[in-house]
Amino acid sequence: MSGGTEVYAAQAADGFSASGAAGAVLQVAAVVAGAPLVIGWMRQVRARLEGRAGAGWLQPWRDLRKLFAKQDVIPRGTTRVFTTAPLVLAATSLLIAAIVPVVTTASPLDEMGDLFAVVGLLLVGTVALTLAGLDTGTAFGGMGASREVTIAALVEPTILVAGLALSVPAGSSNLGAIVESAVADPGAVATPAAALAFIALIVVVLAETGRLPVDNPSTHLELTMVHEAMVLEYTGARLALVEWASAIRLTVLLALLANLFVPWGIADAGSGVAGLLVGLVAVAAKVCVLATLLAAGEVFLAKLRLFRVPELLAGSFLIGLLAVTASYFLPSPS
Amino acid sequence: MSAAHLPALLGGLTLAACLGAAAVPRRALPGVAGAGTALVGAAGVACGVAALDRGIEPIELAGALPLAGLRLAADATSGLFLVLIGAVAVAAGIYTAGYAGRGHGSARTPLVLLPVFVAAMLAVPLAASVTTFLFFWELMALASLALVLAEQRRPAVREAGLAYAVMTHLGFVAVLVGLVVFAAAAGAEEFGGLGEAAAGLSPATRTAVFLCTVIGFGSKAGLVPLHAWLPRAHPEAPSQVSALMSAGMVNLGIYGVVRVDLDLLGPGPRWWGLALLAAGAATAVYGVLQAAVATDLKRLLAYSTSENMGLVCVALGVAALLRATAGNDEPTAAGAAAVVALTAAFVHLFGHAAFKCLGFLAAGSVLAATGRRDLDALGGLARRMPTTTTAFGIAALGACGLPLGCGFIGEWLLVQSLVHALPAGGTLVALVLPLTVGVVALTAGLGVAAMVKAFGVGFLARPRSEEAERAVEGGPAMAAGMGLAALACGVLAVAPAVLSPALGRVLPELPAVTGQGAGAVPAPDLDTVLRLPGTSGAMSPGLLAVGVAVGIVVALAATHWRARRRPAPLRDAPLWACGGAAPTARMQYTATSFAEPLQRVFDGILRPEVEFAVTPYPQSSYLVERASYRSRLRDVVESVFYRPVLRAISAAAAVVRRAHQGSIHAYLAYGALGLVVALLVAM
Amino acid sequence: MGLVASIRRLGRIAEPAPPTTWAGAAPPDQASKHPEAGGGAEALPAALRGSLQLRHVDAGSCNGCEIEIGACFSPVYDAERYGARLVASPRHADGLLVTGVVTRNMTDALRDTVAATPEPRVVIAVGDCARDCGEFAGAYGVVGAVRDVVPVDAEVPGCPPPPDAIIQVLRQVTGR
Ligand code: SF4
Repeated sequence: MSGGTEVYAAQAADGFSASGAAGAVLQVAAVVAGAPLVIGWMRQVRARLEGRAGAGWLQPWRDLRKLFAKQDVIPRGTTRVFTTAPLVLAATSLLIAAIVPVVTTASPLDEMGDLFAVVGLLLVGTVALTLAGLDTGTAFGGMGASREVTIAALVEPTILVAGLALSVPAGSSNLGAIVESAVADPGAVATPAAALAFIALIVVVLAETGRLPVDNPSTHLELTMVHEAMVLEYTGARLALVEWASAIRLTVLLALLANLFVPWGIADAGSGVAGLLVGLVAVAAKVCVLATLLAAGEVFLAKLRLFRVPELLAGSFLIGLLAVTASYFLPSPS
Repeated sequence: MSAAHLPALLGGLTLAACLGAAAVPRRALPGVAGAGTALVGAAGVACGVAALDRGIEPIELAGALPLAGLRLAADATSGLFLVLIGAVAVAAGIYTAGYAGRGHGSARTPLVLLPVFVAAMLAVPLAASVTTFLFFWELMALASLALVLAEQRRPAVREAGLAYAVMTHLGFVAVLVGLVVFAAAAGAEEFGGLGEAAAGLSPATRTAVFLCTVIGFGSKAGLVPLHAWLPRAHPEAPSQVSALMSAGMVNLGIYGVVRVDLDLLGPGPRWWGLALLAAGAATAVYGVLQAAVATDLKRLLAYSTSENMGLVCVALGVAALLRATAGNDEPTAAGAAAVVALTAAFVHLFGHAAFKCLGFLAAGSVLAATGRRDLDALGGLARRMPTTTTAFGIAALGACGLPLGCGFIGEWLLVQSLVHALPAGGTLVALVLPLTVGVVALTAGLGVAAMVKAFGVGFLARPRSEEAERAVEGGPAMAAGMGLAALACGVLAVAPAVLSPALGRVLPELPAVTGQGAGAVPAPDLDTVLRLPGTSGAMSPGLLAVGVAVGIVVALAATHWRARRRPAPLRDAPLWACGGAAPTARMQYTATSFAEPLQRVFDGILRPEVEFAVTPYPQSSYLVERASYRSRLRDVVESVFYRPVLRAISAAAAVVRRAHQGSIHAYLAYGALGLVVALLVAM
Repeated sequence: MGLVASIRRLGRIAEPAPPTTWAGAAPPDQASKHPEAGGGAEALPAALRGSLQLRHVDAGSCNGCEIEIGACFSPVYDAERYGARLVASPRHADGLLVTGVVTRNMTDALRDTVAATPEPRVVIAVGDCARDCGEFAGAYGVVGAVRDVVPVDAEVPGCPPPPDAIIQVLRQVTGR
């Protein structure tokens, strides 16, 4: 092992910063507390556009609080998979919230997992839930699991290709590095490659979090369900964990999307308390804007037929591919 | 004892195991054969460790084979494969003691042959000359063929055996031609001489050798379209043999490619890398697609083997392509990425061997308990066979290629090599690599679907047949075999650092990929945090596992919020059946229905044969009396690629048959004619 | 785009929240608790304050009540603003809205649905049929009113009950 290793070891040594550690704690706390609010805010936006008054943006918190006081029901014939799946889902979501640059780019956990590891962790959570759906042995559980896995499998190429398009200009697939390079080179955000990658990633976020037009989060009709069908047997605290974790996933992905393309305001290794607070406010504002746009967009969309979803995903894969090619052939001016 | 004695120990143990298994009374047979196999495997691991440490000096056994004699030696590359195959054999051997004890594949001949098969597999990487290599290659093929035919009373087994016999020998012919051409052109027989002479060969010879050997070795590794034997033979063999073949023997196909095409032949043109890449990509996607729609548990695992060998082949192809792009004048990003890709190939070989061995052993345990391999007839095993279920769960997690599983690190390294090669690789690379990323991603995604199906449908929920209802665990020996493989999975998943020293020795032995002189690149640092040479990617599988564990504890703590206000939990509540009667086990999703959306999406590739017939009442065509729906999936490559070939061969055979009239006069005339022709040619 | 224009033109459709009629301890006639089910509004589970997920069960209704329940969640009445929401599974529900007389075929289904709803839960009988068999009393397929089959926590009279009345009961549970 030659000098190269030492250089990286040195980098790793100064990779840990107190500000980064504080930022990581702050962002996990913010995401955990804020994720239900994001969902509440999106429902509120939607309600207003439909002419309704809406339940208020605190409603998801009231729902969670109530669910934690409700009876636990363990259905007949289920195994430990059913009882632990929500924990795995929640654990992976928390870990992602700690790794991804939400408030700061200098999270000490950044080295633990790059973009591809984060994608893998998301998938671990999804897999846990699909297994729980199958474990109940109901027709709807199996149906939801089958659909969820199909969509997850088909969205994977888009994620990785879009990830490639983002990693190549930054020279690294670690999310902190990608966001930092975007901060250092604001012009790169305006390139065709970045725009194409942005579009591809939006489709990814919609598919991963089960939003319209891939899945309808507020459907009551089992036959059209994807995500919801898998969790039909959950009650009380476990249901609360599932919903909370789903909210965290949506929030983190929105924050990541925002920071990848509009990184301004995010704290870095040198930021003090003020810098971290600015980062927090900035990301809250960005997520708020994205959530509003997403909720408003959903008013205009109907759910796609399940077998039209692959076409959407194939389209987004092509866009991702174009993004990579563009990043090679049309490098950013700087 | 010096390293040179280890191959002798290996041979001696094999002989002892064989004789022991042939001589002991029936009752002791499974134990003796299993222990013998495990010991041979352990000797293989010892050989491998010695080879990785210092290498094993050439040993000549002049009289062992007529004309050429045997020549054994091992460098670190051989050592890596020795450890890999030896370790699989240890787990499979221990398992055999329990598995055959329950009456599966327990006839004497297959059990006597089991140590021979393992020894032949171990001897292939030890071979240091063309003759020796071919001898052990063929011995391995014959032994495995006999083992596949262990349960020859079933017609499916005989059919699989026939397919295997034909394909493996066609592959052997390709390897034989390739190596003989190589040896003839190089004027040498030992591998050392071949390597030295390779650079002086004409490009045409080199290309011929490359193509022949890749086809031959590719058929052993299960590359499309030469994979057809694999999903037939692996499921029909007794399960410990499936494990040995799928986790051990296929690796030797990769060993052949590495040894002959990347090591001995030396650096090749760019299209060699592209060819490997294309073959690997086609195999990976096709294999995983078939696995995703398969309903036979062992067939699913066999297709997954094909898929993973495809991924390894992609990694080798990327490495070769990038090395051809990089040049040897200075360290380049492409060169660094090539090393990462090669590392990915080796790491993935280990990960795959661990989870596939475990997967087949667990599938064998299910088979022993229920007699069923059909996922549509399984289910509910989690409560009845907790050890097997846990084992298969660990294997499936590895096969998914997800974090926390042992398949993740190889795939991560592969993707990293693609990321870091892109800016440096030139236009061709810029066009090929993004597509490769797409292929790897699709493979990973569909792999998840296949494994969720295998685990979720096969092991969870409620049993779908009486056999599954009555399933019980198979005893301590089987559990120990699975436990060993599971341990390997766990270690490889969280601490790939264990491979670091071995790779540090292997990679410099392959300068055709890792570069020479100034262009040489060190092996990646697989420490707690994985770091890549010359690039800034980092990932830590061990810390991720710790992170998830901490997360689970936090989530568990969160569930206690307001717990005191909760009414007592309701256990064993009836399932919510939308107000209808309690759902029966038949109402569960099956493997077929689970894979139906994917089958529809990939309709064009899979081409299922669907028959849908509606029988109306005579009174009115609108009143349906009976509706029947049948959907069957065949291997498309088999029907598209093999059928015409087989038809052509039988047509040719029919022509030849006309010459055979059974008349002694005619045969005498043929003989005379042949002699005349030979004499004319000789003049 | 037509939708944008409609959104702009219509603005807020939801009518202002009417004053609560149960105001304080005394339960009003309009939404009386059934005597067997216990005392006043305080007996409703406190855990459900602020958030009430509902599963609707049609035990044999003429579908008039369903139309009114649908209206409750329409933009005009907007029951969601009081914390009530319809869900797809009784496992996710805190309350059941039962409409219609309980017919023979739905008896078991109704019992199963109540059993599948985790505690604490409320069962709300909506409409005259659900309270005392209404129009259908004595018909051959009728088993009885909802309270004859499962314990009932609150009732809404009317044939069909107006959305206001249903919402009053829901607000009584959520306390909003
Ligand atoms: S109460 Fe009236 S509207 Fe409601 S179900 Fe009965 S008859 Fe129909």
